[in-house]
Amino acid sequence: MDATAVTTEFKPTWVQEKLFLGMTFKEYLRSNYTPFNAVAAFILAIGIPVIMYRLIYGLGPSTNLSDNNPWGIWIGFDMLCGVALAAGGFVIGTAVHLMGMKEYGFLFRPAVLTGFLGYLFAIIALTFDLGRYYRIPYPMVVSWGVNSVLFLVAWHVALYLGCQFVEWCPAIWEWLNLKKLRKIFVKATLAATIFGVCLSMLHQSALGSIFLLMPEKLHPLWYSEYIPLFFFMTAIVGGLAMTIIESMASHRIFSQHIKDHDPAHLDRVTIGLGKATSVTLFAYFFMKAVGLAHGNSWSYLETAYGYWYLVEVLGFVLIPAFALMYAVQNNRVRMVRGWAIVVVIGIVLNRVNHSIIAFNWHLAWADRYVPHWMEVVLTVTVVTIGILTFQWIMNRMPILYDHPDFEPEKH
Amino acid sequence: MHSDRRTFLKILAGTGIATALGSNNSALADIATLRGYPDQFGVLVDTTVCIGCRRCEWACKDWNKLPDQKALREYEKDQAVFQKIRRTNADTFTVVNRFQNPRDGSKHIYVKKQCMHCYEPGCASSCFVKAFTKQPVGAVTYDASLCVGCRYCMAACPFDMPAYQYYNAFTPEVTKCTFCFDRITKEGEVPACVGICPVETMTFGKRTDLIDLAHKKIRDNPGRYVNHVYGENEVGGTSWMYLSAVPFNMIGFRTDLGSVPIPSMSKPFLSLVAPVFIVIPALAMGFYSFKKRRDRLVEEEIKQALEKKKEGK
Ligand code: SF4
Ligand code: SF4
Ligand code: SF4
Repeated sequence: MDATAVTTEFKPTWVQEKLFLGMTFKEYLRSNYTPFNAVAAFILAIGIPVIMYRLIYGLGPSTNLSDNNPWGIWIGFDMLCGVALAAGGFVIGTAVHLMGMKEYGFLFRPAVLTGFLGYLFAIIALTFDLGRYYRIPYPMVVSWGVNSVLFLVAWHVALYLGCQFVEWCPAIWEWLNLKKLRKIFVKATLAATIFGVCLSMLHQSALGSIFLLMPEKLHPLWYSEYIPLFFFMTAIVGGLAMTIIESMASHRIFSQHIKDHDPAHLDRVTIGLGKATSVTLFAYFFMKAVGLAHGNSWSYLETAYGYWYLVEVLGFVLIPAFALMYAVQNNRVRMVRGWAIVVVIGIVLNRVNHSIIAFNWHLAWADRYVPHWMEVVLTVTVVTIGILTFQWIMNRMPILYDHPDFEPEKH
Repeated sequence: MHSDRRTFLKILAGTGIATALGSNNSALADIATLRGYPDQFGVLVDTTVCIGCRRCEWACKDWNKLPDQKALREYEKDQAVFQKIRRTNADTFTVVNRFQNPRDGSKHIYVKKQCMHCYEPGCASSCFVKAFTKQPVGAVTYDASLCVGCRYCMAACPFDMPAYQYYNAFTPEVTKCTFCFDRITKEGEVPACVGICPVETMTFGKRTDLIDLAHKKIRDNPGRYVNHVYGENEVGGTSWMYLSAVPFNMIGFRTDLGSVPIPSMSKPFLSLVAPVFIVIPALAMGFYSFKKRRDRLVEEEIKQALEKKKEGK
């Protein structure tokens, strides 16, 4: 992506070294003329005015939200999917730091970084959804609505963002060459991970519990007392599947960063992740069946909603579970990666079903919600900025490789 | 480093438990205070009496100074609004809808709707900044100075009552019937809509008295009413209650809401917070020390093997 053509006489300054990847400003600018950046620039050119429009004119003109449909894709997709798919940091952190699965250690930093950015951008997207976004700290500092599951979510997401920042910090300090700080934060990692596990378990399931208050709005096939558990399990699945995809993509795109890139090791680890995904999917499927029996909602299966439910539960849970099991047993790494993508689509489907498709199902079609084009553009814009930030950091910080000046973190 | 980490873990576990217990205790206490007040007021709406003049709508707008206010005459003349079933919105806290009468096609049934002022309100238990308060008089009031605009309350209301000022860009508010809180807390005053109704569709009074009255009415006129006081038990009971000549699902009410208060749906989950902060760090510490021990054993084994090799040499 970037040509590191450093001539012998040229000695980069600190700024050039840290920010411009060792190039002069001009060279750096030129190195950014890539097709990917062109697409990104196009999206931002449309998206940023849309964001401004939303902030200046309010939710009415920029969204299709209504009194009957107070939540749209900014909650259903940006928030619910974003947080579920950012669970990789917590899943890998638990595996590496608490269970001592050393061979997954090299995934820790990328997973934590993706997790941190996932949460950060979910919160940024959420701000646009809030009617009074400038009051976003209110649940922390002004008034505590402790009965609300959303209060739990707000606090835990905020604290967890802090935990992930702590876990990511060693990489920042290595980049800036701050040895002492790095040492402190490496030590804090374990504590942050344990605290983070508690927070994650609670807020991932709390995101589902939000729907517990809406038994009359969510279709009976999706409404269940087990929603917290379902959301928790699917978050683990999402974290695992996203780690498979993210590690594949980064090792392809940023392979020049990795000195001793060992594809065989990555493949081995991918198989391991695939196995964990498959097992969790089976367990989740089983729990879904128990939930169905518990709610006694079988009769709904023979309706249009029922067929859609089966698409979600069979097509994106049971079939991938079997496919992944097959792929793992036959050591088919590419197949694991392919099905990981299907699984991620399934998670998105699940969250969108809860928040939009199976939500308000009693309303007449004319009163139902379909996103406004500006809502879609804003979502795409926020995701794009997230990816650009990820790329910017990956190009500078030791995320995929061990910094040569530092002893590798002990896990 | 080893012992450092261990002390850190201990501190972490300690604070985790403390915060968890602290917040959880207050959470439980707060849920308890959400329970209704036995002496609270209520309104009984007899839909068999209402003539659909919409004066109550007018009085509501007038008292609450809502926009788009017209002269009372125009309100009464305007029958076109009955073409569609309307819901409350940002500028209208109450609406009167017209339904076909399945018993007598020539007569319509008119139904006034507004926030039900639930005994244990879903809106209040959903709000993460406590913008809603269940007042001892029965009203559920909203404090715009706290609201962040997340609109969870709208999603959590089983009656779809709160509306939002979507077209207010900077200071949007959730809007709903206030039960004329400011009026009813004054001695002898009734809500504006109740006061203006020309045919006494609505009766304002102690909720317990109203329940007695409603059942008495049903008993005395078995042909006139179905045997159901809507709001007596729905989602744990509401301050506003209704009588009807036809099953309630025929006049725009949901009859599948059940009698469990909405807040109690999330109580079991909220009570999980403390255990998680106790059990998980404990498990994590267990795992972690187990892992450490295993690593040390492996290391020692390697060392011993190496030494043996040396000795053997
Ligand atoms: S004022 Fe009374 S009669 Fe007129 S619409 Fe309202 S409730 Fe019905
Ligand atoms: S009807 Fe809705 S808005 Fe009114 S008190 Fe009940 S839950 Fe709250
Ligand atoms: S929109 Fe306002 S009142 Fe409603 S739940 Fe959110 S913060 Fe509370």
